[in-house]
Amino acid sequence: MSNVPENAPHHCPGTQSEDAGKVSACAGCPNQNICASGLPSGPDPAIEIIRNRLSNVKHKILILSGKGGVGKSTVTSLLGHGLAAKNPDINIGILDADICGPSQPRVLGVRGEQVHNSGSGWSPVYVKDNLSLMSIGFLLGSPDDAVIWRGPKKNGMIKQFLSEVDWGDLDYLLIDTPPGTSDEHLSLVQYLCGAGVSGAVVVTTPQEVALLDVRKEIHFCRKVALPVIGVIENMSLFVCPNCHSRSEIFPATTGGAVQMCTEMDVRMLGALPLDPLLARCCDAGDDFTAQLPHSPAVQQLRLIVDSIIAVCEESST
Amino acid sequence: MLEQVKQVILVLSGKGGVGKSTVSTQLALTLKEKGFKVGLLDIDLCGPSVPYILNLEGKSIHQGPEGWIPVYLDPEQRLGVMSIGFLLNSRNDAVVWRGPKKSSMIKQFLEDVCWQDLDFLVIDTPPGTSDEHITVMENLRPVKNCAAILVTTPQEVAIEDVRKEITFCRKTGIPIMGIIENMSGYECPSCSHCTNIFSSGGGHSLAELAKLPFLGTLPIDPRVGQLAGRGLPAVKEIPDSSTSKVFGNIVDSLGGLLSNGL
Repeated sequence: MSNVPENAPHHCPGTQSEDAGKVSACAGCPNQNICASGLPSGPDPAIEIIRNRLSNVKHKILILSGKGGVGKSTVTSLLGHGLAAKNPDINIGILDADICGPSQPRVLGVRGEQVHNSGSGWSPVYVKDNLSLMSIGFLLGSPDDAVIWRGPKKNGMIKQFLSEVDWGDLDYLLIDTPPGTSDEHLSLVQYLCGAGVSGAVVVTTPQEVALLDVRKEIHFCRKVALPVIGVIENMSLFVCPNCHSRSEIFPATTGGAVQMCTEMDVRMLGALPLDPLLARCCDAGDDFTAQLPHSPAVQQLRLIVDSIIAVCEESST
Repeated sequence: MLEQVKQVILVLSGKGGVGKSTVSTQLALTLKEKGFKVGLLDIDLCGPSVPYILNLEGKSIHQGPEGWIPVYLDPEQRLGVMSIGFLLNSRNDAVVWRGPKKSSMIKQFLEDVCWQDLDFLVIDTPPGTSDEHITVMENLRPVKNCAAILVTTPQEVAIEDVRKEITFCRKTGIPIMGIIENMSGYECPSCSHCTNIFSSGGGHSLAELAKLPFLGTLPIDPRVGQLAGRGLPAVKEIPDSSTSKVFGNIVDSLGGLLSNGL
């Protein structure tokens, strides 16, 4: 029988058998209790539940970066607003998977809102008619509350977010992640393997110290077979509001994201300039795309949104 | 292994990319310049930046009779560095580990590295309040002289996460030495107009609100950024910059702490 482990006792009935842990041959086997409890059968049932729950979500996109503070949350919110403004008939959801440092409620201007639970699951908070958000930030009592959790508890929360939020029909679900290549990332990829992920958008800044971690993240994507939609370079150039001269605050000593994309054979989606007003809008929770529609950052963003839509549409047909 | 360390300094921040590694390395370099014996431990396992910043990439760790021997920056062995970066084959390798594996690595870093006599051990951490932080706190519990420096940027969105880190420190009982505000203003190189890209003063008001000492404001100074990758101390290369003044002051007060017999 194929499900008999190599080092099992003679006459082992097999771990998947009805008699697992119950026949006389099992006496004395160190794993008898595990077999008898009937636990170790098959893949995590959550994967199937998540697949059903997200069956009405057309495209699921992870926003990743190995490095912290490069603008994952800012880019996620900009993409959310950009997609939502492009067509009022498409629905966008944002899931904030950063458990220890949730930024989306502030960036999207919905701090202090409550999440409601109904028969069909948790209802996300609506930022606009066609843009909704779920974050652990809504579940904390005070902004000082720290979520001091080890991996398994964070994974449990992510599983709940994926399986119990009632998104309704969505065209795009953007998942904002914490920095690194650890529990949250592995769990997201694992839980979403049934539902299918369109791919990952990787965010970086031009300096080598950020690119160093971002290369690791792209390697992570390759290891777990997650397609990379493309790379967005944030905080590229700074335009002085006084004299309009351009300067590089975070100099690209190693060629920046463009060079990295050629080296690693991934698509470069675009570069967003460093705009102090954008930082201010994020703090205030304002929609930057609506407030300053003619700024260079928003013009760049439109191009990025278009290419992401193109990649997603292409991969789904 | 940490009995011979006089003072442990944890550099923390809830938020990523605010400059924890820059602060850790500049703090260690400044301490070394002032004549102290310093160790720098990088426990950011998924994104180790210290080897690159100090220009130590490609160096390797050796096993000595008493434990792992850290990589030394200088021939006099006044600054020893330990990071997972030294254990990876290629600089692009990703460490895809869940919590338990990260915890045991950190435990090894704290228990098996032969630091010898140190005046200061600076520990650079990843963002968040999770496995790495819980493990390091648990293992530092028997160490008497241990304090944290929190790094933030002036934006609300960073301060929000740093407030969580303060709660974490209070819950785990680690004293907070103070708050550093990084990336405050940027002086345009052509017109010298100062722009507060990420607003300003947030760190100072956070320190007041949480009743913590404010250690200083570091402006965005591309000269400091350019020191990354070369392993040079700001206090020596650009002594007139406000960055060197802030680090000079912090190190002076740390030195006073040490000479007062702690």
